[in-house]
Amino acid sequence: MAIKVEHELHERRKGRNRGMGLILVVLVGIVFGLTVVKVLQLGDIQQFETFDHVVRPQLEPQAGVTE
Amino acid sequence: MSDMSLSQIEHEAGMGDYFALMKPRVMSLVVFTALVGLLVAPVPVHPFIGFVAILCIAVGAGASGALNMWWDADIDAKMKRTASRPIPDGRVAPGEALGIGLALSGFAVILLLLATNLLAAGLLAFTIFFYAVVYSMWLKRSTAQNIVIGGAAGAFPPMIGWAVATGGVSVESVLMFALIFMWTPPHFWALALFVKSDYGRAGIPMLTETKGRRSTRNHILAYTLLLVPVAIGIGFTSIGGPVYLTVAVLMNAWFLKGAYDIWTRSDADSEADKHAVEIKVFKISLYYLFAHFGALLADAGLRAGGVL
Repeated sequence: MAIKVEHELHERRKGRNRGMGLILVVLVGIVFGLTVVKVLQLGDIQQFETFDHVVRPQLEPQAGVTE
Repeated sequence: MSDMSLSQIEHEAGMGDYFALMKPRVMSLVVFTALVGLLVAPVPVHPFIGFVAILCIAVGAGASGALNMWWDADIDAKMKRTASRPIPDGRVAPGEALGIGLALSGFAVILLLLATNLLAAGLLAFTIFFYAVVYSMWLKRSTAQNIVIGGAAGAFPPMIGWAVATGGVSVESVLMFALIFMWTPPHFWALALFVKSDYGRAGIPMLTETKGRRSTRNHILAYTLLLVPVAIGIGFTSIGGPVYLTVAVLMNAWFLKGAYDIWTRSDADSEADKHAVEIKVFKISLYYLFAHFGALLADAGLRAGGVL
């Protein structure tokens, strides 16, 4: 048996659910936006690339010159 | 059981009731002063980070407002001005306000830390603590100087804005703090002079109740005299300029005149014209603060535009 009675309470709950949903969407947007801004502000990306257990020639800019 | 749960459900709050917990009007002042603190700082801030920082400061202020309403629900119910707030009005349960206040405080401080720096986040956390615990729980009901110390909580936002941009504290940010700090007592006591009966009924030791209205008039003049050098002094720091100095001189003369008028009046005069002067000075005090911070912003704009 489906409950179909609409109460003023349901309207208020709908408003709260929508409000909460909006807040969560905004929060996700803020965290994403902050990530983008912070990453773009990093500057020279090479300084964050360090030894990671594999050979990466780009970490040794002088290698080619000395040979 | 069904009766109980039904009556509780009838009082379930809507989104607007929760928003009202955050004291939107106080929040607008916080947003404005924090934004000025951030924009007048000599270090540029990325617009998005600036937006998030101001949002965090606003939410933090709102959270402390919710905590204040949770703690003060009993006295809010006794005062006409505050009786229609969500908790005394029965629209929001006290526990909900406590939960919202704590949760939003945490979110605001942590997000501000991630977006900016430790000093700004620490100042925001301290501000919330100061307003909710030191002012609401401790001083408001125990001393007539409640307004003086409590005003510090409202004075932090421009300092936080400055810290967001520079990561530090300086003469300028301390003076902006001092401006709001010294402005709050005469602003609030002018209000207390024309809503006196309310605070008395709730048993809040407002200066008008403990030391009397004559003493309150003296206090308003004394604090306004102390406020003037702070306000003018800002004009001679790096954030001051011709617009600020002009506005500061004019507004301080106006406010001082108002404080002097309040001081020379007796309560009989005040009753006779229904507190016309006190109400006027209260309004002047609002213009006073907005004009000072608006002028700081104008000078910052002129400097950015290369005019100064």
